[in-house]
Amino acid sequence: MSATLLLAQLLNGLQYGVLLFLLAAGLTLVFGIMSFVNLAHGSLYMLGAYAAAVVGVQTGSFALAVLAAVATGVVVGLVLEAVAVSRLYRRDHLDHVLATFGLVLFFNEIVRAIWGPQPVYVSLPESLSGTIDLFGFSYPLYRFLIIVVGLLVAVACQLLIHKTRIGMLIRAGSVNPAMVGALGVNIRRLNAMLFAFGAALAALAGAMAGPILSVQSGMGEPVLITTLVVIVIGGIGSVHGALYAALIVGLVDTLGRSFLPLLLREVASRDVANAAGPALASMLVYLLMAIVLAWRPQGLFPAFKGK
Amino acid sequence: MRSFLQPQNLLPALLLLALGAVPTAAASLGDDFLVAFFARVLIYGIAASALNIALGFGGLVSLGHALFLGIGMYAVALPVHHGITSGWAHLAIAVLACALVGSVTGLVSLRTTGIGFIMITLAFAQMGYFIVVSLKQYGGDDGLGIGSPSDFGAWQLGSATTVFYTAWVVLALMTWWIWRLRASPFGMTLRGGRQNARRVASIGLPLSRYQLTAYVLSAVLCGVAGVLTANLNAYASPSTMSWIISGDLIVMVVLGGIGSVFGPLLGALAFLGLEEVLKPVTEHWMAVFGLAITAMTLVGTTGIVGLLARLQSRRSAQPTLSVAAGKEVTP
Repeated sequence: MSATLLLAQLLNGLQYGVLLFLLAAGLTLVFGIMSFVNLAHGSLYMLGAYAAAVVGVQTGSFALAVLAAVATGVVVGLVLEAVAVSRLYRRDHLDHVLATFGLVLFFNEIVRAIWGPQPVYVSLPESLSGTIDLFGFSYPLYRFLIIVVGLLVAVACQLLIHKTRIGMLIRAGSVNPAMVGALGVNIRRLNAMLFAFGAALAALAGAMAGPILSVQSGMGEPVLITTLVVIVIGGIGSVHGALYAALIVGLVDTLGRSFLPLLLREVASRDVANAAGPALASMLVYLLMAIVLAWRPQGLFPAFKGK
Repeated sequence: MRSFLQPQNLLPALLLLALGAVPTAAASLGDDFLVAFFARVLIYGIAASALNIALGFGGLVSLGHALFLGIGMYAVALPVHHGITSGWAHLAIAVLACALVGSVTGLVSLRTTGIGFIMITLAFAQMGYFIVVSLKQYGGDDGLGIGSPSDFGAWQLGSATTVFYTAWVVLALMTWWIWRLRASPFGMTLRGGRQNARRVASIGLPLSRYQLTAYVLSAVLCGVAGVLTANLNAYASPSTMSWIISGDLIVMVVLGGIGSVFGPLLGALAFLGLEEVLKPVTEHWMAVFGLAITAMTLVGTTGIVGLLARLQSRRSAQPTLSVAAGKEVTP
């Protein structure tokens, strides 16, 4: 019993972790390369979830829903980059925070105006709602699919950044954007592409998360803040750092929530454990971040040794 | 004192004085809402002024100051829940708790700069939010009603009017104090560090200690604003600790004029005033508001104080201000 529970929670943690990675990958690149603080990344996640929900209900096709979400991410990302973000790269972080904070308020309210304050529930297609047999242990198929998709994206990102020409430019741009520009690379277009890529990943995360969470206005904020924790732990600008940190945070959070209250009950009285357990469990990832920062302010897996 | 007579100082100072007449005016109009509204403006003015010490003077972009507002609120709500109604106790708890939490989070946060600092302060505030939400015995998500107000002996914070006058006096004193702080060696060091940390360090000043002090000061003053908010609403809710409130506070500071003495009050007044104006127009005023914030940032604002200063410099045709450089506004 306990072993299967542990296995189930491990997989849940992994699934949460890869979702966080989808968000963190785009955000950490934008952070690291353009040095841009994008609080509206959570809004792109939310828009992705809504786009998938709407198209999913209309067409009944899950694949089309995910495609619609990614397309929404790309389009909104490109528009945002052109209208607002590209004008802000040269400004200080305070301006980034303010401008994207305004965008968060805007998107949350627009979504509330169109779809109302009630959460939208997305049902899974028949083919994905079953369970899968993993070595004699059954696990929801859809959650397993999320893990697979997340890990595939992680591998693709790694290949993109380390094996392709665009990846090389991205890496170069993160070290010295002015020099890359001087060598004749259109750095503005590169930035726009990167921003849209991050937005598409965030929207994909939203589309994948829709059926297991409720889709509602403001859904982007809690996950955005956890994503920020992931990026800080992983090291700003580091994609592989984002992957490891996302998995660590996903596992710590999920296992902490399910097992910490039980563990506390062993060492403390039931009342104390019941009161402190959930509080401590929800703090766990933040504590982890504080410890990592106090120990290594540059994060666990910094992108560049010299920086 | 000559500089005090410039419009960007004189007008807000007169405004602050005039605000003192609000309860009397409201009583003659028979409009209770006005007192509560302006009490809120004053309280947010206190909180934004507090944030301005860290953000405007020190350049520390803290996206987590709602945490201290929340601590101040629960420093009233929790003792009252357990039967302690002494206002002095509430104030002492708020000040001590904010100083302690501010010191610990400040120490960790100041190890990073730039983006890191923003995210860490945000994460710490979120941590506080989740702690309060998970404390089901104190209302959790629903918040906690405050049965009786903070009792300072002869002075009780039971009505909007008493909260108003208290906030007014606190804000007036605080503004005077910040006026002096800004020009003091401490304030100069802090502001110097905001413009060029390396130079300040090379003079031999331990900048991070100055920054930590500024952060803790601003945390404690924010806590005082929290105590007043709790009494005004007779209710403490975790939603006050949400990061949206931290963002609102930053918007108020920038809208009013970052790094100026009166800016935060003007920003709070403009922010909350605009909210009240937009609310009856459309249910979805937040969308308009959000876009306005983004547009304001894109245009690049020097805040209301900056506007007033520009009026002055246009009239005297003597460019005394370096508004564009460093975006700081002279006092």
